[in-house]
Amino acid sequence: MDCTENRLLTSRRGLLLGGASFAAWAYLPKFARAADGRDPRLIVVILRGALDGLSTVAPIGDPDYAGLHGSIALAADGAHPAIMLDSPFALHPAMPEFARMYRNKHAAVIHAVATPYRDRSHFDGQDVLESGYAGPGRVQSGWLNRALEALPRGERVSSALAVGPTTPLVLRGNAPTVGWAPVALPQADDDTAMRLVDLYRHRDPALALALSQGLQLDKAASGDDMKPKPGNAVAQMRQVARGAAKLMAADDGPRIAALAFDGWDTHANEGGPVGRLAFLLGGLGGALAEFESGLGERWRDTVVVVATEFGRTARINGTDGTDHGTGTIALLAGGAVKGGRVISDWPGLKLANLYEARDLKPTTDLRSVIKGVLQGQFGLSDRVLAETVFPDSAGVRPMKGLVA
Amino acid sequence: MARDSQAALVALNRFGFGARGGASGDLINAASDPRGFVKAELVRASGVLLEAPGLQSTQQLGQAVFAYQDQVRQAREAAKAAAPAETPPPAPTEQKPGLRRNLSLNAAATEVAGQMTEAKPADNKPADNAARPDAMQPNAAAPPAAKPAPQPLNVIQKTFRSEALARLQRATLATCGFTERLVAFWSNHFCISATKGELARIWAGAFEREAIRPHVLGHFADMLKAVEQHPAMLFFLDNQQSLGPDSRAGQNRKRGLNENLAREIMELHTLGVGGGYTQEDVTSLARIITGWTFAGRQGQLGTPGSFVFNANAHQPGAQMLLGKSYEAAGLAQGEAALADIARHPSTANFIATKFVRHFVADDPPPGLVARLREIFVKTDGDLKALATALVDSDEAWKAPLTKMRSPYDFLVASGRLLARVPEDPGAYLNDLNLLGQPLWSPAGPNGFPDTSAAWAAPEGMKLRLDIAAQMGARLGPNIDPLDLLEFAASDAASIETRRTIERAESRQKALALLLMSPEMQRR
Repeated sequence: MDCTENRLLTSRRGLLLGGASFAAWAYLPKFARAADGRDPRLIVVILRGALDGLSTVAPIGDPDYAGLHGSIALAADGAHPAIMLDSPFALHPAMPEFARMYRNKHAAVIHAVATPYRDRSHFDGQDVLESGYAGPGRVQSGWLNRALEALPRGERVSSALAVGPTTPLVLRGNAPTVGWAPVALPQADDDTAMRLVDLYRHRDPALALALSQGLQLDKAASGDDMKPKPGNAVAQMRQVARGAAKLMAADDGPRIAALAFDGWDTHANEGGPVGRLAFLLGGLGGALAEFESGLGERWRDTVVVVATEFGRTARINGTDGTDHGTGTIALLAGGAVKGGRVISDWPGLKLANLYEARDLKPTTDLRSVIKGVLQGQFGLSDRVLAETVFPDSAGVRPMKGLVA
Repeated sequence: MARDSQAALVALNRFGFGARGGASGDLINAASDPRGFVKAELVRASGVLLEAPGLQSTQQLGQAVFAYQDQVRQAREAAKAAAPAETPPPAPTEQKPGLRRNLSLNAAATEVAGQMTEAKPADNKPADNAARPDAMQPNAAAPPAAKPAPQPLNVIQKTFRSEALARLQRATLATCGFTERLVAFWSNHFCISATKGELARIWAGAFEREAIRPHVLGHFADMLKAVEQHPAMLFFLDNQQSLGPDSRAGQNRKRGLNENLAREIMELHTLGVGGGYTQEDVTSLARIITGWTFAGRQGQLGTPGSFVFNANAHQPGAQMLLGKSYEAAGLAQGEAALADIARHPSTANFIATKFVRHFVADDPPPGLVARLREIFVKTDGDLKALATALVDSDEAWKAPLTKMRSPYDFLVASGRLLARVPEDPGAYLNDLNLLGQPLWSPAGPNGFPDTSAAWAAPEGMKLRLDIAAQMGARLGPNIDPLDLLEFAASDAASIETRRTIERAESRQKALALLLMSPEMQRR
């Protein structure tokens, strides 16, 4: 009997964090602490699962928005009003920290943005987002890693960082990386568990029952002292960001890092001002705030880029969620960001203006945003950006003036 | 692509450890001749044997334990002599399995929390934490020098891990894995538990290699004799302590029978509960096998760590067992009794039922059980004939795949699909502990349960999912879960499974869902 108890106890204590990863370049850029005193830092946050940009930075002033986003649309009024940015855009109420950074001109939104990928597979979409190539295909390296190869390499970062087992593709490649994760034995996330329960319901009812009960047991146990509270996505995202910021704030800490957060694939019950997406956005906003406070003085020279593989349908589906779409948002935050603005060539949400009559039409290439950041922070040339970092992208010009 | 993917799934999952990934072509090969694919492994009986560099015999291992125990004792005495006031260092005594698990996992968790003050090696713990994804240094601010070096593993722990690794590698590399599944079946049928003590732990792998494997495609009676005369079994079920009350040793030491092994031989190994034996028969068999023991460290009875018959402990005289009188004195008395029990009709029935239950269904089809029982009787317990008849039957191919993979099957099948040959058993041993099937360490002599209900329990499913998520998180570049689904099930995969994997949020999650799909969980 006590075998069983120990098993439960250790599993619950040990299994905490899922859906987040962190990896960094193993070297300092050589020009750090150069004559101008700038010591730039770059953090790339990948949101896997396709973020609903229309719910995060909602075009509440667009006449078609409320109809399309229906039950989950944000509004300027109500119990949880969206936070007005540049008209017609308003920020999700779960992200007050980001709103504050925006007001202080240390955060910006790029709207109606997309990678060059135009299909709707997560795997392929993430490949394109992270590889920096124009189309899917199995490549060995990501754009951030290739950008590092173009940077002058200085000393090795803090040796306390171990080599991670899985580096996000964006940071994979020839340039050596180090990884870190704050807690052992990640627990499967709720979304994956629900998908599995759903599969079992269709194919294997006995396993559906067993797994559902197992999940409930686990939930019940999370109320006890065994599990660091709250073992949820928000706490996890904050925790990863806090740890990463601490590492990156050190003099010999990494300057360039990538994180990935899972869970954005909101097909059902996405929620509006409150609910599932609100919960995740609260985590994301919290993570950005952790970076801000954890980096301290270094925040001044930092840019955080938040990007996702594609957007979601403009119109909600039959289960109060959104399906895979195209155009979405990218977020920039950090003291080095020339912020306080929503950068968008807004296409509008009229049916005729939607991509394939269903998705927000992308009017900005995400690569131009990232190129602009890489150029602003590290001075990479147009040519390196067009040939090495984002191959065959000469037509995509770096966006100017993103970095102060 | 495949001619009959459903039959291939039966061949690989019901009889084997599932398809291997990479360029194995297992599913296609199995589809083109499902029965032939399974039976191919039965041709070479020597292929069941397991030899690997460094694996030692029971005798050698027994001597290693005795030497290790001597060392520990000497070290303790030396410490006591040097500093009589101080507490002696703790002896490496056996702990309860639960405690052991707790220690190892807590140690791992504490380490990750960056507060580790003591490295306590539990033998199921990975020796090199860098091999685990969770072992990344958590805190750059904390100097790594504060961490003490982990204690080196002792000979018992090292042996256990080597034996585990050899078994895991064999299962991962096997083409179908049918003979390895047979090994696991018989090993669980005739189980010992490593938690019994240091000898059991060091002997657990050797027991399987020496007493089980040589007879998996041989005769039941031979396996029975090899098992009941193996030092590991005699130690596990206390027969080395059992003395004939009227034997010289019994008289001298005023001690007598221990019925443990005799009872389990009839109840668990041969006749089964209700197999027609009485308490009288148990006592009688216990008397018959008095003197079956192994030589101890002094080697008075023989080479230390080897099976010996100690005539001094043997109950003299004829014994009545199951209505028959066994006159022969000495070792031959017990061997004759075992030979008869192996051929008892209840044994044929018990084995046939258990065999079909393991491979086909929790409620074994009675027709198939009857046929296998008949073959068992007719062939004098030829286990190769038994396995062949199972594969040749229609029932084994028609019955839906409703059995649940045990944790061991699940982990091995996952490793095969990912084409990962284990180089360190640590992760497997930890996961087996977590999932309630610690290797060679069942809670009792009846072995691990063999019903779907036992392995599809709520907490178990949740933990399985967590482990699948961890495997997903470790997914290497350029592995596409949809390719793996092709390797694992191809067009035998359900639409729903395919869709669930296709729609997963990331490849990592897709892999977790694939590993947890009914196609990978059921066999």
